Amino acid sequence: MRTLRFLLQKEFRQIFRDPAILRIIFMMPIVQLILLPFAADYEIKNINLSVVDQDHSTYSQQLIQKMTASGYFRLTNYAPSYPQALQAVESNTADIILTIPPHFEKDLVRHSEAKIMLAANAINGVKAGLGTSYAMQIINDFNREVREDWILLPKYNEMPTIEIVTANWYNPQIDYHLFMVPGILAILVTMVGSFLAAMNIVREKEVGTIEQINVTPVHKYQFLLGKLIPFWVLGLVTLAMGFLVAWIIFGIIPVGYYITIFSFAAVYLLAVLGIGLLVSTYADTQQQATLIAFFFMMIFILLSGLYTPVESMPGWAQVISWLNPVTHFVTVVRAVVIKGSGISDVLPELFTVLGFAIFYNSWAVLNYRKTA
Amino acid sequence: MNAVEVNNIVKSYNRGKPQALRGLSFQVQPGELFGLIGPDGAGKTSLFRILTTLLLPDSGAATVLGYDTVKDYKIIRRLVGYMPGRFSLYQDLTVAENINFFATVFNTTVAENYHLIKDIYQQIEPFKHRKAGALSGGMKQKLALSCALIHKPQVLFLDEPTTGVDAVSRKEFWEMLKKLKNQGITILVSTPYMDEASLCDRVALVQHGTILDINTPQGIIQNFGKPLWSVRSNDIYRLLNDLRAHDATYSCYAFGETHHITLKEDDFPIDIIYQYLQSKRHESIEIQQIKPNIEDCFMALME
Repeated sequence: MRTLRFLLQKEFRQIFRDPAILRIIFMMPIVQLILLPFAADYEIKNINLSVVDQDHSTYSQQLIQKMTASGYFRLTNYAPSYPQALQAVESNTADIILTIPPHFEKDLVRHSEAKIMLAANAINGVKAGLGTSYAMQIINDFNREVREDWILLPKYNEMPTIEIVTANWYNPQIDYHLFMVPGILAILVTMVGSFLAAMNIVREKEVGTIEQINVTPVHKYQFLLGKLIPFWVLGLVTLAMGFLVAWIIFGIIPVGYYITIFSFAAVYLLAVLGIGLLVSTYADTQQQATLIAFFFMMIFILLSGLYTPVESMPGWAQVISWLNPVTHFVTVVRAVVIKGSGISDVLPELFTVLGFAIFYNSWAVLNYRKTA
Repeated sequence: MNAVEVNNIVKSYNRGKPQALRGLSFQVQPGELFGLIGPDGAGKTSLFRILTTLLLPDSGAATVLGYDTVKDYKIIRRLVGYMPGRFSLYQDLTVAENINFFATVFNTTVAENYHLIKDIYQQIEPFKHRKAGALSGGMKQKLALSCALIHKPQVLFLDEPTTGVDAVSRKEFWEMLKKLKNQGITILVSTPYMDEASLCDRVALVQHGTILDINTPQGIIQNFGKPLWSVRSNDIYRLLNDLRAHDATYSCYAFGETHHITLKEDDFPIDIIYQYLQSKRHESIEIQQIKPNIEDCFMALME
C-alpha cells in the first residue's frame, strides 16, 4: 500500500507538472463543447433553392412562396431554363432545383394533375436527402390546399383518412444541443481515459524509466494501478468539467441524477483504461501509441451512434457498434441527461461495460510482461 | 559462493540469428570490481539485462548472490542496483524527488542509507530542487548512481557509466567506484574504453558475444607474450602499408600517432625493419620497444 501511495504521488506530480496534460484536461472539454454542438447540428436550414418557373402563373407563384416561407429554403437563383439552373448547382450557389413546367396551372385545373421536378445536388448526401424530403412535404401540403380549393369536400370523408400528430417526447423542441452535448462528453471521457493513459505508460518505455522501475521490487499490479488510478480520477474530473461547461453555455442540467452518470462513468472508465493499457502493451513509442489510439478512436466515435443512429447501420456494423464501449456510454449519458433514466434503467449497459472492463484489462495484463 | 555466476548463456533477438551472446561463462567474486570490456555491440548490455532479470536467456543459466536470475528474480531485484547505459530517471521530477521515490520503492529512506551515497550525493545536493532533465551529463551520472545505491545493494551493475562523460568526471567516477568497493559492494561495470580496464580488479574482454579472455589487467598484459614495437615516421599512412607489406610483420595497427607492430619471430632484428623503412624513403623514423596495454591485448586476441 505504501509503495502504491508513493507511485500515485509520483504520477500526480508528473501530471500536474506537464502543462500539456493540464491544458488537455481543462481546455479540451471547454473548446469541444463550445464548438462541436453548434457545428454538428442535423437540422438543415438555408438550403439554396434555384427555381425554374416556366409557367409564371398564380399557382406557381404560390408554390414558390410556400417553399421560401418555410424557413428551410433560400431562393438564391431564379433561372429561365433548367440548364442554367444546373450551372448554379455547378458553381455551388444552388443545392436544389425546383422546375415548374409550362401549363402547370392549366394542367392542374383541367386535368387535376400536374408534374413538377425536384433535382438535388447529392454531393452532400445529408443535405440532398433532407432537402428533398422537406420540399416534398411542402409540395404535398400545397397539393392538399389546392384540392380543398377546388373540390367541395363532402361533409364526411368518403375515404377514411388518418391525421398524424407528432409529439417529441423528452426533447419536445428537438434541440440538437441537448442531443449532442452528452455524446460529446462521452467521447471526451473516452479520450482522457484511453489516449492519455496509453501515452503515459508508453512514455516510460520510450524514455527508459520503465527499465529502472522493473529492477525494483515494485509489483506488476502496483505499477499498473499507479498508472490507472490517476487517469480514472482525471476522467471523472473531465466529465465534471464538461457538465459544468454544458450548464454554463447550454443550460443543460440532466433530468436524471448526476450520481447515476458518475457511477456509470466510474465503471466505464475501467473499460476505457483497459483499452489504453492494451494499446500501451503493443506500442513501443508514443508515436505508435498515438496512431493506434487514433485508429480506434475514429472507429469508436463513428460507430458509437453519436452522429448516426446505430439502428440505421448495416447488421455487421451494429455488431461492431455493440462491441464498442463508447456506444453504451453515449446511450446512457443521453438517457440520463434527456430522459432522466435511473441506475436500474441502465443496468444492462452497466453490466455490458463491466464485461468490457474485465475483458480488456485481463488481455492487457496478460500481454504486459515485466520480463521482456 | 560467487557473487555472480554465468554459465553458458546464449541470447539471440531475431529468432536465432544473429546471436548477441554465444555461450558466455564467468564468475565474479564477492567484493570484486569486475570489468566487461568490449566494443559496441559486443553483448555487454544484453548480459547486464539478463543478470538484472530484465531479459530471459535462450539457454544457459546465471545466478546473482546464489539466486537464479529466472526463478528468483524477485529476490534479486531487492539485492542488486542497476544503472542502465541510458539515463533513465524521471526527467520531470527533481533530483530530490527522484532519489526519494527510488528509496521508497525499495522500502527504505534516504536517511537510512545516506552514508553510502554521501560522497556522491553531496556533489549534486546544491541542485536538489532542479529537475533531473536539466542536469549536466556528469551530474545525471551521479544522480543515477545515487539512485542505484539508495537501497544498499550487494551487487551493483553499471552499464557503460562513463560513456559520453568528460575525462575529469570519468576519473571522479572511478574513484567513487573504488570507495564503494571498499564498502564491500560487488561491482560489475562495462565500458568500451580500454584504458579503464586497468582500474578493475579483473576484466573480461568481450567481442561478438564471446569472452576472449578473463584475467587481472596485469595478467592479460603479461599473457601478451611477444615484444611490441611502436613505429613512427613522417608519413603515417604510407608507413602502415609498408609495415604490413613486410614479410616479418605479424600484426600492425594504428595506435594514436604511431603504429604498433609485432613480428613473426621474437628475435628478429628490428634494425632490418629500420633499414627497410629507410629504403622506402621514410624520414624521421622512430622505433622503440614498448609495454603492451589492454588495447594491444584486445587487438591480439581478436585475431
